Amino acid sequence: MSPRRAKVAVIHAPSSVGVSVHRVEGVDKVTGAARYLDDLVVPGVLHGRTVRSVVPRGRIRRVTLDPAFDWKGVVVADHRDIPGENVVALIANDQPLLAVDEVRHAEEPILLVAHENPERAEAARLAVKVEIEPLEAVLTVEDALARRALVHGDDNVFKEIVIARGDLERGFSDADLVIEGEYRSGHQEQLYIENNAMLAERTRDGGLFVRGSLQCPYYVHRALERMFALPAGKVRVLQTVTGGGFGGKEEYPSMIGGHAALLAWKSGRPVKIVYDRLEDIAATTKRHPAVSRLRAGVMRDGTLTALDFDLVMDGGAYETLTAVVLSRGAIHAAGPYRWPNVRIRARGVATNTPPNGAFRGFGAPQTQFALECHMDRIAAALGMDAVELRHRNAVRIGDVTPTGQVLKESVGARQVLERVAARSKWSAARREIERANAAAEVAERSARTVNGGRRLRRGLGVSLVYHGAGFTGSGEVRLASLAAMDLDRDGHPRVRVANTEIGQGTTTMFAQLAAEALRVPAEFVRIEDPDTGSVPDSGPTVASRTCMVVGGLVAECATAMRERLELFAERPIKGANDFAHVARRYLAARGALRIERRYRRPPGIEWDDASYRGDAYGVFSYASCAIEVEVDLDTCETRVVHVQTAQDIGKAIHPVLAAGQIEGGTLQGLGWALLEELRWKEGRVWNHQLTNYIIPTSADAPPIEVEIVEIPYSHGPHGAKGVGELPMDAPAPAVVAAIAHATGVAVSEIPVTPERLRRALREAGR
Amino acid sequence: MSRPIRVTMTVNGRRRHVTVPAMKRLRDVLREDLKLSGSKEGCGEGECGACSVLIDGKSVNSCLVPAAQASGARIVTIEGLARGRRLSALQRAFIELGGAQCGICTPGMLITATELLQRAKGRVPGDQEVREALAGNLCRCTGYQKIVDAVRAAARTRVSAKRAKARPRAAAARTRVSAKRSARPKTRRP
Ligand code: FES
Ligand code: FES
Repeated sequence: MSPRRAKVAVIHAPSSVGVSVHRVEGVDKVTGAARYLDDLVVPGVLHGRTVRSVVPRGRIRRVTLDPAFDWKGVVVADHRDIPGENVVALIANDQPLLAVDEVRHAEEPILLVAHENPERAEAARLAVKVEIEPLEAVLTVEDALARRALVHGDDNVFKEIVIARGDLERGFSDADLVIEGEYRSGHQEQLYIENNAMLAERTRDGGLFVRGSLQCPYYVHRALERMFALPAGKVRVLQTVTGGGFGGKEEYPSMIGGHAALLAWKSGRPVKIVYDRLEDIAATTKRHPAVSRLRAGVMRDGTLTALDFDLVMDGGAYETLTAVVLSRGAIHAAGPYRWPNVRIRARGVATNTPPNGAFRGFGAPQTQFALECHMDRIAAALGMDAVELRHRNAVRIGDVTPTGQVLKESVGARQVLERVAARSKWSAARREIERANAAAEVAERSARTVNGGRRLRRGLGVSLVYHGAGFTGSGEVRLASLAAMDLDRDGHPRVRVANTEIGQGTTTMFAQLAAEALRVPAEFVRIEDPDTGSVPDSGPTVASRTCMVVGGLVAECATAMRERLELFAERPIKGANDFAHVARRYLAARGALRIERRYRRPPGIEWDDASYRGDAYGVFSYASCAIEVEVDLDTCETRVVHVQTAQDIGKAIHPVLAAGQIEGGTLQGLGWALLEELRWKEGRVWNHQLTNYIIPTSADAPPIEVEIVEIPYSHGPHGAKGVGELPMDAPAPAVVAAIAHATGVAVSEIPVTPERLRRALREAGR
Repeated sequence: MSRPIRVTMTVNGRRRHVTVPAMKRLRDVLREDLKLSGSKEGCGEGECGACSVLIDGKSVNSCLVPAAQASGARIVTIEGLARGRRLSALQRAFIELGGAQCGICTPGMLITATELLQRAKGRVPGDQEVREALAGNLCRCTGYQKIVDAVRAAARTRVSAKRAKARPRAAAARTRVSAKRSARPKTRRP
């Protein structure tokens, strides 16, 4: 240990960062004391319900309230009741709060009802009759591109992005081999266990107070300002304890919050809207389905020369977040590899299905799934080992991404791959599996019974991915996040940010970062609730930005606060008691102390929105997975036996929370790869129950071994990069590779359900 | 709605009487009539386990149980797991090892895990045994790894407490953090 570090240790007695302190809200969550939205008891509350379209596209002819129904005590609201603009403000502002004369997707909200008694409210919903004249609908990406009907502009394309670098023709002529492939992935539901839930009240000063299960209080806040034509100061949005989000509570709470607020506005009573599982799955946002077509050029020695990537994503009926999901997908499409010549064309299309939206990974899992499957195809064509091909082409410091971004620091691609290869004993394990599979085949041929008569095969697959942390391009500059800290009356430091705890440990992580800079224990730091009435807009809780971007601002605030107090005390502050003592003296002598810090673009990061060139992200995080599966050749079921993963996240501020993110994201990735599939009938989801939309249980979940690799980023707090989304990118392609290793058949569409695998095996003549 | 009946049951050690429709779900009786909002709802059809409570020692989905059926039963909810302010070994292990993220599945998870540990009678259940036992309680956040770790760690503290030589255990044995010494973040020290 260097003398400098020894000195550090003496000065910093209670270190918080890098230590797994207890989570701030831990006790409430294990004792049942945590109050989620549905747990709040509000006197006089009405229960809201939503009348929706049952057809994917049509003109509303008539809405009638059944005259035989007793409408006493029922509040009814439609688009004519909206005091401001009928829009759920986001980016393109094209989605109405309530349909006016046309519907563009099934489940589109048309009218709202509310009653004191939830059963009466439900009965009222059923007593509303909506007559819709159906129009020809576009339900798939193919229909959209073929312009089966025009549902957006003159080509059904919301957004097209082209990213190009080098000379594609040259790249293909340099290649010894050109390999083509097409890969597909479907919708995925976020499936937070707490369904969407919002509560709205009219305030005495003629404003609105809206609470709910949500990720981005200021998104809801801005949407309400517009719907109700209210000044910012008349709207207050507070996040309640939230039972999971994963992107699913990024934009949709603005819709539900708007509905609850409209009913509250009209009735003057508080209104709760709590979705049940059926409504939540059927109506809210999902992961964008994607079709990727790839053409790649490679030399005999495994050097990649050219990539032509064509991506189409299904945006659903309104644009909402599609342009940004598409953008992240396109930027990640080439994966963490050196491609001297590359062209990525990405289109987000309109269909008459519920709008797709944010889901952990935000487009990057879809494109990297395709790219990684293609890397395995390339390796197979070359007869080269999958790890070796990746290792040879993985990015290093100084390499350039398709947008022209030079990777200047913290590039862990090769390290994570090496760690996973070592820990899974890659080569030896693959050989051992091949021997065992061959032996099983011989035994089966000679009609000996092995494995209790089941024809089982094992396989091991690998993947390598990366994920940019923070908003894309100039997004962070435009957001200009503001974080603040002040002192509470007892002399405790208090963090004021709008970023939300949705299970990932945000509040604990902020407390640690502030505590480290203030040199006090993490428990000493208070965290203000994310309430737009009392915290500044530090931006949304999305895009793996909370720790790296907002955490960095909090650490800066805390450092400035300590300096200010030490200047006042004219001496260093030692520990929590001393801090409280000095802070109280400061408050008495000088009054309130508030420190604010606004995001500034780190030096040397440039992005041009028009040409789509430059530093798409400040930095990338890297992950690799080695996944072992067992396939039953008769039932075609795939069981994941084991997951080994290494992830370079710069620095784990809280190792247990960081590993929790990785494990949870990995299992969501496995669900996407093997189980989770939405089934559609005439534009409506029919498997909108937990009995038929299957997510992994603890019995399906394999042991997940996590290694956190820390290659620090100079502009992240203590070196931290993003961790939230990265784990979602890696599992699916490794599963497909493992199944190919087990069966000899590479599928190109996920989820690899037994039906899909059976078809693929049959087509391959097995 | 069905005709109201009078139901008497023992909830978290206290005798409680309620007059409710016979078909009212036990989950709603607990939450609305007894003001115990710790039991959650993720599906309302017996699939997610967020509403689990112990009925006579067995973990049951309270969204499927009509009030009438709970008459005379001994019920334990998440609110009944701690002794006053003292958390159970399971609750402590969930906090220490990261078994609760968003926390919405946690009440049901802890109830089912409590049943498992009572059934195990001091034995430490194996990894697979824990996974099988918890398969009726869905969690979307954790990937289950830290839940399984926490349940087994709690079982171990119970075992070692019995042997009166409780040893603190290192947390999260499955996670390794490797950093290059030479590459310390620049921001660490001013
Ligand atoms: S709410 Fe009872 S099992 Fe899901
Ligand atoms: S902790 Fe969120 S669902 Fe389990």
